Amino acid sequence: MSETLTKIVVNCETGEQQILPLTAEEIAQREADAAAFAVAEAERIAAAEATAAAKASGIAKLLALGLTEAEANALVK
Amino acid sequence: MALTYTAIATVTVGSGGAANIEFTSIPGTYTDLLIKYSARSNRNDVGDDVKLQFNGVTTGYSNRRLYGYSTGVTSDATAGNEGGWVTASTATASTFGNNDIYIPNYTGSNQKSFSVDGVAENNDANSAQVLVAGLSTTTNSISSIAIIPRNGSLFAQYSTATLYGIKNTA
Repeated sequence: MSETLTKIVVNCETGEQQILPLTAEEIAQREADAAAFAVAEAERIAAAEATAAAKASGIAKLLALGLTEAEANALVK
Repeated sequence: MALTYTAIATVTVGSGGAANIEFTSIPGTYTDLLIKYSARSNRNDVGDDVKLQFNGVTTGYSNRRLYGYSTGVTSDATAGNEGGWVTASTATASTFGNNDIYIPNYTGSNQKSFSVDGVAENNDANSAQVLVAGLSTTTNSISSIAIIPRNGSLFAQYSTATLYGIKNTA
């Protein structure tokens, strides 16, 4: 990547603002954080999908037992 | 109770964007701090998560997050330094995410709590709101704060952030 990432740094005592390039450590940290977020987000989505699938399966089984849709939905809410 | 709000510093991102916005040399003369920011990320998505860093420390954060979005609401506990939620590249043009980060007792010697209240503007059903209760294990007085897009590389031009100092006495 040829783009030079820069940050805005404002000194609250003097009011001076500087635009500075990110350090190698800051760039590495960004990449690690983004990778960790992607993993966590995939896990969150997978868990939400598993929960939704389990609810749908439960509703289908309750309907097969003779409950109304409203009753089944109320039970798995 | 907050009696006075003082705008300590304001940053507006110029053309080309900014990877981080950092407030440094924060005076220790206030009771609490508040960052109000309006930002947009260049992530190729409708929104982006924003990281918060105190004193350049990247570890020791934990959060409880309530997240509302187009089709529902979720809550989770993360080890990330959650600093809010902003719009990103595929959201409606020229819209921004608006967030408040409140940090009480920032000069104290205990671990630091913080809260975040944010919403990402978007002219579409796929929009998001976030509430965060967070904790940093740092026991040092907070003298610098950075906000950083977690997935995008830049905050877009016209993103702004203002740091306020709050006193409980006039």
